[in-house]
Parts: sequence; C-alpha cells; structure tokens
Amino acid sequence: VHLTISQSRAASSANHIQPLLVDNAGQFFSSGHTNNWAVLVCTSRFWFNYRHVANTLSVYRSVKRLGIPDSHIVLMLADDMACNHRNPKPATVFSHKNMELNVYGDDVEVDYRGYEVTVENFLRVLTGRLPPSTPRSKRLLSDDRSNILIYLTGHGGNGFLKFQDSEEISNVELADAFEQMWQKRRYNELLFIIDTCQGASMYERFYSPNLMALASSQVGEDSLSHQPDLAIGVHLMDRYTFYLLEFLEDIHPASKTNMNDLFKVCPKSQCVSTPGHRTDLFLRDPGSVLITDFFGSVRKVEITMETINLTDPIKQVEQRKYSYVDQLPVSEIIHQKPKQKDWHPPDGFILGLWTLILLVFFKLYGMKHLKHIF
Amino acid sequence: FVFIMRCNFRIVLFLPPGLYKTPGRKMQIWLFYEELVIRPLHSGDIYASFQFRTVWETDFMRGNKVSHYRLFPKSLGQVISKFSVRELHISFTQGYWRTMQWGQPFQPSPPGAELWVWFQDSVTDVDGTWKELTNVLSGIFCASLNFIDSTNTVQPSASFKPLGIGNETDHRFLRYATLPREIVCTENLTPWKKLLPCGSKAGLAVLLKSEKLFHSSFHSQAVHIRPVCQDWQCKTTSWELRQTLNVVFDLHNSAQGKREWSLFKMFSRTLTEACPLASSSKIYIDITDNPQGEQFEVSPATPLLSQAVVLGDRRTFSVYDLTQQITFGTVRSLNLLIRWKSSEGDMLRPLLHAERYVAGYGLQTGEIHTLMYNNHPYRSFPVLLLDSVPWYLRLYIHTLTVTSKGKDNKPSYIHYQPSKDRLRPHLLEMLVQLPPNSVTEVTVQFERALLKWTEYTPDPNHGFYVGSSVISSLVPSIVAMDTNSTRERPLFSSFFPCKEESSYFVRVYTEPLLVNLPTPDFSMPYNVICLTCTVVAVGYGSLYNLLTRSFQIEEPSPGLAKRIANIIRKMRGVPPL
Repeated sequence: VHLTISQSRAASSANHIQPLLVDNAGQFFSSGHTNNWAVLVCTSRFWFNYRHVANTLSVYRSVKRLGIPDSHIVLMLADDMACNHRNPKPATVFSHKNMELNVYGDDVEVDYRGYEVTVENFLRVLTGRLPPSTPRSKRLLSDDRSNILIYLTGHGGNGFLKFQDSEEISNVELADAFEQMWQKRRYNELLFIIDTCQGASMYERFYSPNLMALASSQVGEDSLSHQPDLAIGVHLMDRYTFYLLEFLEDIHPASKTNMNDLFKVCPKSQCVSTPGHRTDLFLRDPGSVLITDFFGSVRKVEITMETINLTDPIKQVEQRKYSYVDQLPVSEIIHQKPKQKDWHPPDGFILGLWTLILLVFFKLYGMKHLKHIF
Repeated sequence: FVFIMRCNFRIVLFLPPGLYKTPGRKMQIWLFYEELVIRPLHSGDIYASFQFRTVWETDFMRGNKVSHYRLFPKSLGQVISKFSVRELHISFTQGYWRTMQWGQPFQPSPPGAELWVWFQDSVTDVDGTWKELTNVLSGIFCASLNFIDSTNTVQPSASFKPLGIGNETDHRFLRYATLPREIVCTENLTPWKKLLPCGSKAGLAVLLKSEKLFHSSFHSQAVHIRPVCQDWQCKTTSWELRQTLNVVFDLHNSAQGKREWSLFKMFSRTLTEACPLASSSKIYIDITDNPQGEQFEVSPATPLLSQAVVLGDRRTFSVYDLTQQITFGTVRSLNLLIRWKSSEGDMLRPLLHAERYVAGYGLQTGEIHTLMYNNHPYRSFPVLLLDSVPWYLRLYIHTLTVTSKGKDNKPSYIHYQPSKDRLRPHLLEMLVQLPPNSVTEVTVQFERALLKWTEYTPDPNHGFYVGSSVISSLVPSIVAMDTNSTRERPLFSSFFPCKEESSYFVRVYTEPLLVNLPTPDFSMPYNVICLTCTVVAVGYGSLYNLLTRSFQIEEPSPGLAKRIANIIRKMRGVPPL
C-alpha cells in the first residue's frame, strides 16, 4: 500500500524519487511483518444465535475490504444462517436492523462450516497439525513474518468458550496453542479479539510473546446483544462487534489509526459491559501499531533478475476408436456372474452334527456295515 | 530486469475463442458454449436451467502432464490428472424436485450433495485416492465433503455407468456417496462461478445472483467432467466440463402471485452481452404448449425457432442468440418477458416417478417403503433401484418384499452388500420390471441401533438422514430419439448418451428420509454428578460429624464491666468474680 503511494508521487516529481522511495520503503518494512492472516470463528449453532454468525461475517467483510484475500482467511461458521429455512430473506445475513447492510454478500468463502467447527479442528488449524489431504484453503499457512488476527465469538464463561453447544475450549488450551505457534514460529504478531460473556478470562492465561488481546467484557460481566430485527425475529449483532464494525468502516487501507483507538471502541456507556485489553506481552508500543497491521494486508513483492526457462512441450498420443457406454444394459446386468465365494471349511457345528449322525448310525447298525458303505 | 509480483493478479489473454496454436505443436482446440433454457410450468412457476460447456482437446489419461490451461479451470484439471479421474460428477442441491408438478429435470440431482467418480484403471488404491479426492474437492467447493468416508460410500455394481466414452466398465473403479444434510449457499456458488471462463462478469453468468437464486423452491448446481468424442469418427477424445444450474422459482415467493415472469424478476439482472470467449450463447424458451400463443406471450418476439427431442418428447423452443447484436435491440439489454394469458391446459404426466417414506412408530423398529409409479398405459420397462442405507438402521433383508398390483414381483437381479457397524453402509440394488400403469412397492423393515455418545451430532434431536434412492431406467419415448451423438445439438438434449431410438435414459431420485435414533439425555452426566455429590455431602458429612465431633463445655464470656473488675482484682491479687 505504501509502495503504490510512493510510486504515484515518484511519477510527478522526478528529482525526489530516490530519497522518497527509500524513506517509504523503510517504513514499509519497519513493522516486521510481510503477510497477514485472519482466523475468524463463530462457535454457536441454532437460529437464535444468528448474531454470532453476523458478528463473524462483519469482521470478515472488513478484513476483506482492507485487503486480506480469501486464501489468507480461514472462516469457520458453525451453522448456516443465510440459507437457513427460517431466514425470511435467503442468502443474506444482516447486521443492522431494517436490513441495511448485508454482511454475507455475494463473494464469500467459508472454509469450515457446520459440524466441522470443533475444538479439535480449531486447534489443528492454529498449530498446523492437519492431516496431509487437507486442502490449502483450510490451512493456516503462516510463517514467522505473518501477522495473524484471531476473532472468536459465541457463548462463553469464566475460562471457557462453548463450541456448538456440545464441547468447550478452555483458556489454558488456548494459551498452550499460542505457545506452540510461537515455538514453531508460526506468527510474528498476533491480535486476539473475543466477543463472548466474560471474555477477558480467555486471555488471562496467555504467556507467549507478541500477543495482544481484546475482549468485550470482564470476568463476571455479560456481553449483551445490540438490537433485534422484528422481520427476522432474532438479535442481529452483539454490541461490541457492532461498534467495532462501525469503527472499522472508517478505516481504509492507508489510514494511520493505531491500537489505542481500537481499545477505546465501545466504552461502558454503549456496551454496558467493560471491554478489556491486554498488551503486556506485546513488544512494541500499542500506539505505534497500526490497525491495518492486523486488519489489512501487505503484499509480498520480490524483485528478481534471473530468467526462467519454460518446460518442453508435451508428447502426442496415438489414436484409437472410442464409443459411449450403454446406460442400462439389462441383459448384461441380469447375467452378471455372481462373485466367486471364498471356500470356507465347514462349520464346527456341521462337522459335529455329521459326526454325531455317523456315530449313532454305526452304533445302531454295528461296525460290520462299514465295509459295505465305503 | 524481470519484475515478478507474487500477487493475486489474473492476466487475461485476449485471443479469439476456439483455436490456439503453440509453436511446434498441432492446433489445440478449446470451445465454450453457454445456454439458458426457460420452461414455464403449469402451476405458474418457472424452471430455468443454465448449462456451461467447455470442451478441450487434450488427454489426461495415462499420466500425461498438462501444463497450459486456457478455458478449462486449472484447479479441476489438476484434480483430474493427480487423482487419475476418468469421470467426475458432483452436485449440490437445495430442495426436492417435484416430478408430478414440474415434469422431469434436464439433469436430475438428489437433495444435499452427491459425488460419484469413475477412476481410471491405472489407480491401484481406489479407496485412498477417493478419500484424498473428497478432501481436495471440499476445499475447492467450500463444502463439507470431507465427511464422505467409508461409512457413506458405496460401490454400485450396475447403476451409474460412465456417461463418457470408454470401453471398460469394471465397477471396482466406481465410487458413489451422498451427503443429504449438506447445505447449499452462496459460499458454494462463489467458487462454482469462478470456474467459468468469463466468471460472473459477462455472458449468462451475470444472471447468477445468490439472493434470487436461493429464494426459490429448488436450486441445484453441478459440475460434470467426462471424456467425449471429438467428432463423428470418435478417434480422438476431448475432455468436457459441464457446469449446470437448475432453479425453479416459485410463483408466490418471487413473482408475488402474478403470472408474469421476466429475466429481471427472476434474476434481478438483464443481459447486455454474451461471453466473448463463447462460441455459442443462446437462450431457449419452451413454447411447445403454446403453439399459437394462446397460453402465454413472450416478448421481445424472435423469429428463430428450434425443435429438439429431449426426455422422449419433441419440444419447440424460441431461440435468442446472444452473439448477434440484434438480439439486444436498441436499448442494448435483453429482458425477456413471459406473460400468462390463460391458466388452462394440463401437463403430460411423467412416465416414471417415485416416492419413499418411513413407516412405523417408536424408536426401535420401522419400515422403509419405496413406491415407483409407471404411468405408461401399455408398456412396461425395467428400473434399477439403488438404495444406500447407513449402518445404524439395521435392515432385515428377509423382510424385503416387492409387490406390483398386489402380486409379488420378483426382481431379475439383486445385489445386496450388508453393512458393517461403523465401517460401511447397506447397499441394495435391484432390477425390477414395472408393469404398465401400476405402482410397485418395495418394503423392508429395519431396527435402529444405539450409537456411542461421541458419535452423536451436536443437534441429535434433529434426526439422522438417509440418502435418496436412485432409480435409473430406460423409459419408452414418444418420439424417436437421436442416436448420433456428435451432431450439433442444444446442450440440454445431449447430456445422457443415447444408444437406441425407442427409449431414453432417465434417473429419478426419491426423497431423503429423516429418522430419529434413540437419543440419550446429554445433561444426564451433569445431573448425576450433582445428585451424587449432594447425597454424599449430606449423608456422609452428617455421619462423619456425629462420629468424630467431641463436645466441650465452655463458659460464656463475661460482660464489659465484669471484665474490668476482674482486671482490677487481678492487680490487687484477689481471685476473680
């Protein structure tokens, strides 16, 4: 982003190209990260938890708008609200009442959906321990120069977050997962946002460096929802994420707002709960961290001077005659040979039965008849 | 100085569609066709079917490495060559196709997701390759296809013959699976649209807006990949990718009860141009029931008419050719309008349709009934019924009965593979001859199994789904079918290959079943722990206190005045009060 601005300025003033480029390039690399990832998780199922899906989708929408591509976003939605049969307007998820803003949009890619959103899959995505056949869109392929944004929403309590009404993840597990990520050098800096009841308890146990955390409520407080829509019949958003979305709508890819403004989002007068944050594990000063460091995207550009050889063309194949197959060949099907059954030695029961019969016979009629039979 | 940007840019080469020559090689042929068929239905609803066909003359078989992709999407090409796929058919459907009200669809599909694949005979481990293929496809289509495993995959022995060319039909290389619970939404449509050469920017694909498409009675999108004959001699193969989208719009939801349909009302868009990469881009409107224009009126009028034999019937269509600029008129946009004048006339009854339901009561046993209707007045024809039932419904095959018109109807071929708990499902295939003008009923009893508590889904009281039965049949046709497969035909009539003139192949899907399994009370462990802890605390605690508590007599502490007096007396050396 900074590079494009410097290029347009360079075009107008030829004399100041060199120092300006160098200055902006220096600023470009000062933050230390070269790519951005986002893991956005909604953990609640059922229609009355519409607001959690709307929360996650509004953060997804902001993150996409600020430049992170779908290939760098892992979106996990535990239930389908847009095409749910209870939704009076299918293929839409609204965040504002009177259906003003459709956060679902026309270009959405959900990576984990429905029953796939489990604690195990979430931790596997974070730590990278996925089975080898997992496709790339479901992996978090971050490296040690990645800034990752992790957003969780759902129902939670003191020290846990509930997944799909059947299991939960504790703050200790989450902290250990982040420590694994740190030891495997899977992130440069990580921003963790959680919007649940008693959300601050989830970041209490973090101990890895370069983590910054935000929560919508303190321990002992509930996060409240914003407003219901009478046509849809459920609450559309949670308060914290509603004001977070309003804040993010003002951010554009080149804006200079920093984290201190993010901490001021949704004060107690608007949110009723007290949002909390934690920056003691973060090495840089939050005032120097731009919002776009986590919510926007940095494109990786590599300048190379070598030429690349293209491969040789592929060979031809020989020709033979082909034909289509009969879709319902009745005579063939009827005369399909039955599969050769493996020969099994006779059952013990049958052997015993025959032995009994033979014994009784020879007992009755005497052994002298043996030679007549055999 | 080479500046390589590893960004998400797509450089579109502007070459004329059709032929492309690489230096030193023969001409490679890429062709792309798109069409839309609109069929007004008698109930006032309207059926729209999109087909996008990309044909590419290349050879994926026998491990050929292909490196240059143009109109054919690279993601699918890599899937075909990596997993040695001969044919791939995947469909995502929301809703159930009502055969009696709507007739037969051009491409049938069951509710949920369905995937069936023929592998090439060079594959040694078909099951391992199948598992990897489903995982890769789940990433491409953003669907939970990774839930396809051995518990819902079957290997049909006679159904699902390959739709492309080929001489070998060893059913060891076929795998079939359905996920009836799978939801279809915009996230499945988005990657589907990205596979098209023009994307959703030009041509017929601009009409595919999710807010209108999913607000319908039926929505189905599918991808079919198969090898086809390049020409009538059939010496070379081409790979064909067909992307189909069938949607039925409801009269009351989308048209507010007025029997007047237009492209704008159906899709909230109008057409402005054809896809520049398409060799042919056409819209067909079925006017067979409206020869003199007495039932409905189509505007703008078009002089082009075409007749095609499809689904055993000769149908007449008005054709709008989008590659001609004259179609768009002076306003440069095409908005077809279909206005109904009278609502008389009834539809031809479909010759074959089927139903399925669960009978019985309670949570222990039940019975599955499948009914197949043959509505032909005097011809009987054979049907092949494929049933795949999950292992937790234990079928009692000795109770299987097939009756037509009250009498027992013995199937001429039965293939049954019993299930193994948690390993594979039941597979039942039967070839039944349906007598004319009759109902054939297939019943089988089952018993419900008890699952382990970790095997329940997070919402087990919703129930468990049993996939649709598949009924494949050669139905006698009213008019002679065209057996020449390589002549230029509209796409909707060339989906199923036709070998004889007197009958056509059709596949009918029944409803999926929803059965309740005995579900435990998942709050029970928590309740038990609370109760036990209370009983232990109250009972044992009281007993422990009684046994170990000792009593001591203690003087109450004296008042303030007395305490001061005691202190003074102690100082004086006098015994306290």
